[in-house]
Amino acid sequence: MKQGIFEVLSNETLLPGLHRLRLRGDCSAVQRPGQFVNVQLDGLFLRRPFSVCGVQGDTLTVVVRRVGRGTERICALRPSDTLDLLTGLGNGFDLSCAGDRPLLLGGGSGVPALYWSCKTLRDAGSRPIAALAFRTAAEAFYLDEFQKLGAQLLVLTEDGSLGARGLAPDALNMVDFTYLYACGPLPMLAELDRRCKTDAQFSLEARMGCGFGACMGCTVETAQGPKRVCRDGPVFHRGEVVW
Amino acid sequence: MNTSVNLCGMDLDNPIIPASGTFGYGYEFADLYDINCLGSFSCKGTTEAPRFGNSAPRIAEGYAGMLNAVGLQNPGIDAVIADELPKLAAVFHKPIVANVCGFSVDEYVRVAQKFDACAQVGWLEVNISCPNVHGGGMGFGTSPESAAAVTKAVKAAVTKPVIVKLTPNVTDIAAIARACEDAGADGLSLINTLLAMRIDPATRRPVLRNITGGLSGSAVFPVALRMVWQVYEAVSIPIIGMGGVSSAEDAIEMLLAGATAVGVGAANLRNPFAARDIIAALPDAMARYGITNLSELTGGAHHG
Repeated sequence: MKQGIFEVLSNETLLPGLHRLRLRGDCSAVQRPGQFVNVQLDGLFLRRPFSVCGVQGDTLTVVVRRVGRGTERICALRPSDTLDLLTGLGNGFDLSCAGDRPLLLGGGSGVPALYWSCKTLRDAGSRPIAALAFRTAAEAFYLDEFQKLGAQLLVLTEDGSLGARGLAPDALNMVDFTYLYACGPLPMLAELDRRCKTDAQFSLEARMGCGFGACMGCTVETAQGPKRVCRDGPVFHRGEVVW
Repeated sequence: MNTSVNLCGMDLDNPIIPASGTFGYGYEFADLYDINCLGSFSCKGTTEAPRFGNSAPRIAEGYAGMLNAVGLQNPGIDAVIADELPKLAAVFHKPIVANVCGFSVDEYVRVAQKFDACAQVGWLEVNISCPNVHGGGMGFGTSPESAAAVTKAVKAAVTKPVIVKLTPNVTDIAAIARACEDAGADGLSLINTLLAMRIDPATRRPVLRNITGGLSGSAVFPVALRMVWQVYEAVSIPIIGMGGVSSAEDAIEMLLAGATAVGVGAANLRNPFAARDIIAALPDAMARYGITNLSELTGGAHHG
């Protein structure tokens, strides 16, 4: 983990209420897809955690959905604004388990971490399948980015307005794959854990206090006892989490 | 310039002590900086049996502060002694404050006795003030009689200094402080968190699954300072003053109000380097206010 001051290089609106920010600073602690950064914001006591969507040299990318007071401030940032970040938080995915045809499955705030995972797997010569689930076509994002990586892309929407009609776990029956990497809300991950036929890693979402393992605010029960999502996770192997 | 203070007969290089529950068992912060710069630190509240704590969400935003309802998650005293303290010994070479929790007087005594036998433990901090558990914790800290009963029983069973951690969620904290002193307490620490809650307007439900939690952070600093002032007037044993301390100036205010040492809690969770930064800022702050000896400051605002 490192603490550093980052400069906002750009802030693009991808969709109404969905922003992509490029931040420049010391990214040396950012090692693996699935790790996150914790952002300090004026007027808010607690930092806000965000998955890293990618890192290149001294620039990291986050994609932020405006849902509350913290994300509102982040989405309003302008180029040359500065932010205090804790970087390199969490364990991240172990992509060495992927096999030849890993499935990357998630939606919403899970998409950024899956994108970086997909890029890393493609760079390593793997042939990942990305399955992205959204409520409706108007909320879908990052499809072009995944396509540019050359990954096989499967899109699901709850209302069928884009791609296949269905929820994220329905993707398990639509493709053949060697391993599952999934990001999303706990109930979705719990269902994937029940239904998936391969081994898997799950990246959990949690309301966090500190983000680096001190406060015990984000603990989940696991087969090996209580673990902190922020420090022992956010990625857990299949069979670890007691849902 | 001298930053050292003496807490119940033992010297600290400086008065700064990360508060229980905001610093784990210490060793994980050693990845970030050399924690031997600390005066000491107070370990995570420890009970006899392992505890998972409360259901999520356990954390909520405050205004200049935060709420927690962790509920004394800890691996239990035996695992702490077997696993956590050895890891800490590798990176921290000063006596620690062992935070003792319980759900009965007997449990407090048993946990305290086990910590008392650990060479790394310098002080026992008896936590009768956790607001997030039922049937224990704060239940013992809200009446002078039960506070005295825990204090007396623990004091009779151990040899190390006993510091009783008080809750602010009472009408008259001075009366409880006096009861602890009369029961043999060697020191007091205050304040624990203030009972609080938040409601999400979107769901119309409390944010915390436990409904209530404890408020900490800079928002509570003036309340904590007032209580340290009141307790200092009521007792003659040393006080670890804490509650919202986030700067060297805050620490100096705490000392002037009557504290001998100063706890730093929620600030560590916002900035993992907070305790180190406060210690580093002490000499400049002392120079600014014409202080050469921090230990002479205790209670300084009460005189003249």
